[in-house]
Amino acid sequence: MSAVTDGKMPDERILQTSPLRKLLARPELGSVVGALAVFVFFALAADGFLRASSLSTVLYASSTIGIMAVPVALLMIGGEFDLSAGVLVTSSALVSSMFSYQMTANTWVGVGVSLLVTLAVGAFNGFMLTRTKLPSFIITLGTFLMLTGMNLGFTKLIDGTVSTKTIADMEGFESAHAVFASTIGVGGVDVKVTILWWLGLVALASWILLRTRTGNWIFAVGGNEDAARAVGVPVARTKIGLYMGVAFGAWISGQHLLFSFDAVQSGEGVGNELIYIIAAVIGGCLITGGHGSAIGSAVGALLFGMTSKGIVFAEWNPDWFKFFLGAMLLLATLLNAWVKKRAEATK
Amino acid sequence: MTLVELTDVSKHYGTVRALEGVSLEVHAGQITCVLGDNGAGKSTLIKVIAGLHRHDAGTLRIEGEETTLSSPRDALDRGIATVYQDLAVVPLMPVWRNFFLGSEPRKGAGPFKRLDTDLMRRTTREALLRMGIDLRDVDQPIGTLSGGERQCVAIARAVHFGAKVLVLDEPTAALGVKQSGVVLKYVAAARDEGLGVVLITHNPHHAYLVGDRFVLLRRGTMVGHHTRDEITLDDLTKQMAGGADLDALVHELQRT
Repeated sequence: MSAVTDGKMPDERILQTSPLRKLLARPELGSVVGALAVFVFFALAADGFLRASSLSTVLYASSTIGIMAVPVALLMIGGEFDLSAGVLVTSSALVSSMFSYQMTANTWVGVGVSLLVTLAVGAFNGFMLTRTKLPSFIITLGTFLMLTGMNLGFTKLIDGTVSTKTIADMEGFESAHAVFASTIGVGGVDVKVTILWWLGLVALASWILLRTRTGNWIFAVGGNEDAARAVGVPVARTKIGLYMGVAFGAWISGQHLLFSFDAVQSGEGVGNELIYIIAAVIGGCLITGGHGSAIGSAVGALLFGMTSKGIVFAEWNPDWFKFFLGAMLLLATLLNAWVKKRAEATK
Repeated sequence: MTLVELTDVSKHYGTVRALEGVSLEVHAGQITCVLGDNGAGKSTLIKVIAGLHRHDAGTLRIEGEETTLSSPRDALDRGIATVYQDLAVVPLMPVWRNFFLGSEPRKGAGPFKRLDTDLMRRTTREALLRMGIDLRDVDQPIGTLSGGERQCVAIARAVHFGAKVLVLDEPTAALGVKQSGVVLKYVAAARDEGLGVVLITHNPHHAYLVGDRFVLLRRGTMVGHHTRDEITLDDLTKQMAGGADLDALVHELQRT
């Protein structure tokens, strides 16, 4: 018997796949290289960037983007977009705040109702997409506009202004604040609780993607929807689930937004959906679906946090942030395309 | 044993007669070749056997029982697996993930229920090896395999998941000479595993290499039904090309 028949012994021809090439095939690679470069750059250019308190600020900024970048990355691997993700965060916060205030209920009741409403919006996106077969760009652009209008319209209708009434003195505010927006001191450094949420979500999403049947289906519906359907993958269910995942992320972000302060500005969130998508793309998600990782989206979010805060620490004009962002996006996409081509050229 | 038997099967699309009075038999451990030029009705025939379309007239028997297939899933449940030209694989996914797509084995319980990745990798390698396919690395994306190799993985997948009848839609159509030979070898390997194979092709040379029975289609009707000992390759080629039509063409093209 040759060595090949033994499952433990690798095929002698596998030697052709060097560890370096294996590394190159990882979707996160481009973003990790980029993140290191940006880190070194700001460590040299900005005084105090390496201070523990500064790094904690950077991580906090990254986590607020990262919490959404994770489910958005999963959705993108599944081959779809969600342009309503940014304003859905605001909607989620508004529902929670206004329900508690108007019903004079415990804030946790509002948080629960908000979860249901937000998940329903996600399910609506997914259902419309799978039923109508229209591009997700159009469907979620529609929900984006509708939610933007509803956020402002309902808030003005109910509260008379563009922001909600404070709920800081209501029952359950303290505990909800602790869960969604508290700061924990770790060895003299302030760590925001959102960082824990972020890390938890990255771990959960990585587990789902790489080790569960659902993960296999996510890659399949993004990579070749017809083939997936032909072998019995429930395509519609998988996609609706992915949209509900984005909604779940929006719920966490929305509650953080609300409990960080005690009121919500109803016009917030517009434009953030692009930031989540950019973080996912920088993290190695293929814009056409079927390839990417949750860890990559985290590195993408980290790149974002470092750049936005690094510019402040370096005392530059923050207007340059957008320029950096665009340049990074282009570089990351080019690098991803190049890496993918190299990794797949096995012969 | 006769696994699938079609008797006088017809299929009409509105006023178009796509298939008229076609009969064929698929036996375990044998290869039935369906030959025909473009538009001869090969695709319609495959769709009837695969459960995509219902036949309008005639009978379809599966293991002796008269039946109508309602869906591809129905056909699959009765042991009829169809490998289409586009193969139904996801190019960016590793070979082992593609192999089990839609039927993933899992271990563990509750929230820790997870893919049995070791089993999946090992089984993929073994199932491919059993068919004589020695793959460098089951972790490589299936898109990096050649067309012939991909075809072979699709065949091995159907064999592994317990298909009794394997329907192959032009498996050698887009391949070079050498690759075609490799694929035909795996078709023969599937036959040797005891499967009944339906091989759709427009290449009589490929058909004659492995076929036990030959069904010739032209313009939706059956123009011939032969077993291997009744016909020579020359006759098969000639019938397939249209016999008398070919003579006329030769005459027409002859330089004076």
